[in-house]
Amino acid sequence: MREQIYLDNAATTRMAPEVFAAMQPYFMESYGNPSSIYAFAQKSGAAVERAREEVAALIGARADEIYFTGGGSEADNWAILGAAEANAKKGGHIITSCIEHHAVLHTCAYLEKRGHAVTYLDVDENGTVDLSQLKQAIRPDTALISIMAANNEIGTVQPIAEIGRIAREHGILFHTDAVQAYGHMPLNVEEMKIDLLSASAHKIYGPKGVGFLYIRKKTNLPSLIHGGAQERGKRAGTLNVPGIVGFGAAAKRAAERMEASWNQTKELRDYLIRRIESEIPFSVLNGHRTERLANNVHFCFRFIEGESMLMLLDEEGICASSGSACTSGSLDPSHVLLSIGRPHEIAHGSLRLTLSEETTRRELDVTVEALKKAVERLRAMSPLYEDYRKTNAQEEAYVQ
Amino acid sequence: MYSEKVMDHFKNPRNMGEIEQPKGVGTVGNAKCGDIMRMYLDIDKDGVIRDAKFKTFGCGAAVATSSMATELVIGKTVQEALLVTNKAVMEALDGLPPVKVHCSLLAEEAIHAALWDYAKKEGIVIEGLKEPVEDIEEREMEDDL
Ligand code: FES
Repeated sequence: MREQIYLDNAATTRMAPEVFAAMQPYFMESYGNPSSIYAFAQKSGAAVERAREEVAALIGARADEIYFTGGGSEADNWAILGAAEANAKKGGHIITSCIEHHAVLHTCAYLEKRGHAVTYLDVDENGTVDLSQLKQAIRPDTALISIMAANNEIGTVQPIAEIGRIAREHGILFHTDAVQAYGHMPLNVEEMKIDLLSASAHKIYGPKGVGFLYIRKKTNLPSLIHGGAQERGKRAGTLNVPGIVGFGAAAKRAAERMEASWNQTKELRDYLIRRIESEIPFSVLNGHRTERLANNVHFCFRFIEGESMLMLLDEEGICASSGSACTSGSLDPSHVLLSIGRPHEIAHGSLRLTLSEETTRRELDVTVEALKKAVERLRAMSPLYEDYRKTNAQEEAYVQ
Repeated sequence: MYSEKVMDHFKNPRNMGEIEQPKGVGTVGNAKCGDIMRMYLDIDKDGVIRDAKFKTFGCGAAVATSSMATELVIGKTVQEALLVTNKAVMEALDGLPPVKVHCSLLAEEAIHAALWDYAKKEGIVIEGLKEPVEDIEEREMEDDL
């Protein structure tokens, strides 16, 4: 069988064996509903509370500030809709950035339709938000600042601690979508003055369909899901016990190895970036070179289109992704790439390779060779490349 | 998401490349997705398409439809080539996913643009051929309705 090389770990990760093992008893043995009164169900309840402590510890939060959700998107929706509603009297202005995940952007767009004002901060060429623009955007009626900890496409890490400080100085709630950062890099809600934080289990070798929203004590945030009294009456619905237990196990595991794992993937990341930059002409690295997630490599290759590239890589058993329109079912190029100033036709040829703890140098070597072939082949097919060569005979000598 | 035929034409595109001194060449772009297709035609004095080559900057469906379009027009007269519509290309490929239908329009328009160029160079009028639009978004919008 052909070897598979999985380089789409920002989309989701393979569950770690110890996480799977931790979850197993909660499907068929301890299947009780934690809301029930008998001792049998209390086993599930105790496991949930252990997990709550484990996921809280990773961000320096208290267990009773963690509210489990059905994933990162729900947590983002809850934080933003809740903050807007709680501060409706004040006016409910929201500040966010133009490179947020759609779970944030589309929620903000929804609020705009309902009369809320939203300011979208620009980012520079590296994808970093501009702090002075943030300060200027603050208004008397600003209810929430929501800026992601790290970008899911290009991996740029934002100056979260500074943003938190600015928000706190102005008495404004600060939410961060930390779905890509949680468990990968140090985050501390006290030091970074974070009031609301979204995280998800399946990005850190945990199960899909479970996340949490951290809500700082004494923060007034109305519920999103109404019903039973689960999660201290703030998030109704029977708890996803195996999922939550798995999230706890994944968080515990992440805490134990965060630094080692960051350093290991970062070294491989830089190796991959170096090889692509030196061996594939007309490649453009997207995102910040140093302030970036340790597992994120994101390039645009001029004159070619992303979906074709992914299909050719798939032929070689390489799972990758692209910010390219065509793959997502929408035809617009990535809002993130346009925001960092990549023109439409360059944004079109984008490729995201995201590494895991299991990624090896050999896998990356195989990937680079496959990528070189794919790029070459698509350029030979590209009318844009043909035009470029015809008008740039000189540079052609360099390419070959 | 793609049919076997689409995958085959994507993986092994037929007639990819350029024709030196083509009788007709046309380039069309799709403003909706930014993809671009160029079609080269070699046409003999009887108005029969002897050879066709393409270059495409675009998605897998765009590559496959270009490839199929060249296969469909080779050997046809200029008049017959006008009947190679996007629907004909799509059918020949066993269909495309709905979001990719516009890609096949690119192929049809590229053929028309190349034929238009040919007619202009030869100083002839091809009955039923309209001047190609620069970017095909407009027409697509009509089709969407
Ligand atoms: S998505 Fe544009 S041509 Fe296929």
